[in-house]
Amino acid sequence: MDRSKSISRRRVLVAGTAGIVGAALPVAGPSTSLRAGQNPDQAARPKVPADPSKVQGPLASDVGGRSPFEKPKRVSLGERRTSSLTPLQDLDGIITPSDLHFERHHAGVPAIDPQQYSLLIHGMVDRPMVFTLADLRRFPGRSVIRMMECSGNGGRVYRREGSQTDLTPQQIDGLTSTAEWTGVPLATLLREAGASPKATWFLAEGMDAAVMTRSIPIAKAWDDALIAYGQNGEPLRPEQGYPVRLFLPGVEGNASVKWLRRIEVGDQPFMTREETSKYTDPLPDGTARIFSLDMDCKSLVTEPSFPDKLTGPGWWEIRGIAWSGRGKISKVEISADGGKTWQLAKLDDPVLPKCHTRFRLPWEWKGGEALIASRATDETGYVQPTYDVLLAARGPSTAYHFNHIRAWKVAADGTVNFGGGL
Amino acid sequence: MNRQGRRKHRGFGPFRAWLAIAVMCPISGFAQSKATDTKPLGIGRVATVDEIAKLDIDVRPDGRGLPDGKGTVAEGAKVYAAKCASCHGKNGEGATFDRLVATDSGKNFDFATNPKLPKAVGNYWPYATTLYDYTYRAMPFQQPGTLTPDETYSLVAYILALNKIVPDDATMDRKALPAVKMPARDRFVTDNRTGGKVVK
Repeated sequence: MDRSKSISRRRVLVAGTAGIVGAALPVAGPSTSLRAGQNPDQAARPKVPADPSKVQGPLASDVGGRSPFEKPKRVSLGERRTSSLTPLQDLDGIITPSDLHFERHHAGVPAIDPQQYSLLIHGMVDRPMVFTLADLRRFPGRSVIRMMECSGNGGRVYRREGSQTDLTPQQIDGLTSTAEWTGVPLATLLREAGASPKATWFLAEGMDAAVMTRSIPIAKAWDDALIAYGQNGEPLRPEQGYPVRLFLPGVEGNASVKWLRRIEVGDQPFMTREETSKYTDPLPDGTARIFSLDMDCKSLVTEPSFPDKLTGPGWWEIRGIAWSGRGKISKVEISADGGKTWQLAKLDDPVLPKCHTRFRLPWEWKGGEALIASRATDETGYVQPTYDVLLAARGPSTAYHFNHIRAWKVAADGTVNFGGGL
Repeated sequence: MNRQGRRKHRGFGPFRAWLAIAVMCPISGFAQSKATDTKPLGIGRVATVDEIAKLDIDVRPDGRGLPDGKGTVAEGAKVYAAKCASCHGKNGEGATFDRLVATDSGKNFDFATNPKLPKAVGNYWPYATTLYDYTYRAMPFQQPGTLTPDETYSLVAYILALNKIVPDDATMDRKALPAVKMPARDRFVTDNRTGGKVVK
């Protein structure tokens, strides 16, 4: 990640509170939000009036943009750019702005004309049906705020436990995001097509060059699967499946097939490449878990985090997000002493099922070393495990679902580094 | 979408739909109801047989969906050299894209405990039909969806032979392929995680 170009407001808040005084932000002045060693391109700093109360500002615009001082970015870790990660450390609240929602695709982002778009539903149905986008929008709709997480999220730190400390929340766990999704319940469409009560699975297929396919237990369709066309109040972004995607709350992201063209109702799983050779979890007992769809309860402190530097002892707010694919978060505990003692964090409203939940805890840093970690519990009673517990259950080279407790190490000089699993 | 179309129906569409829902499901939760004997809302149109045939390319483990045609290992070697080797290596050892050939799975399917054990068709894929489905739908990477059924059967036969799963004189077709038992087949288990106190 290119940190020098993505200094954002929250960095200012966390690391530079003392240096910034409201409207007195100097033109091209030194930023106190920077960690030692960073090299901001001062020449590129936006020019603003020294006193904005003395000049008329720009007039209303057709499409708004961010402040030129705010440049949050997704980052792509692989050379092939088949995914990009959400800058979790730059976000407040629970909603991920649509242009920062993480991406993962297997054959790029297809270009689709919404007027040419249609969805086919067939298989074990009385009436195989074709729905245009206008048709889908005409059905009784539904909006829900839910998270989505890629099941590979966090794999990098799980597999190389302890080996790298210069990692941001984005680099560790940026394959999770939350949005308001709007669409028609798949149950409504299955009812429209007359799905057989004997059906047990359905296949979802995309129209990207991977022609992505996943098999899903049909119970999920009758429960909360959504055929989504809206994201945060506007049509889906192209990289999120425009014009229509499947959205499966709480389920590993890959199964929420984007650019959805077909749903086939059946009575057995189709055993596609992704759900057999890829998204399965080898276990230490010589088996591999298949259709391990639910995302386990997890949390992450996003502030303070690498590359923050606490400017001095005193009160700081520890902030982060927690979520569970099985329901609501019931509590988040925070430790600043590496897990010896834990304190309950405050959960911000709303606390929604299968959704990022924002937690906060005021913390008085007395100077000296600290190891900050969060531990979430969901409404099923599941407690986010330590690294050792997860390792024992899954083995060191299992392939997906990495939800162990993460820690941040605060050094005596206030620098913050990733502290590995707890 | 066709925002125009949306406006056109605004006068009665949603109202009728909501009325129908209200009549059919007096209690909340139409999305939870499993009943399929309700009357359709009359939105959308019935698909034609041709429309379905054009998109319905999936192949299941029982062979349903496999087309007519056949292919041999020898023929597959030629197609592979021309269309696959540049990404997957001369002998399926992997290059810029996935390794296709591996027969070692350790003492006891050791993928969770041995990070150096590569996964590939021979030691990890549970179903041979998946190889047909995926190759036909998405390969070759730069010309996805251009292989004929015969080419696909040939490639599948060749890759299975490279993995020592079928003999070098094997022919694959809609009957032979689902009968191939993959070495990893019985290793896959259903998800037993249910939340609660125990970390599985």
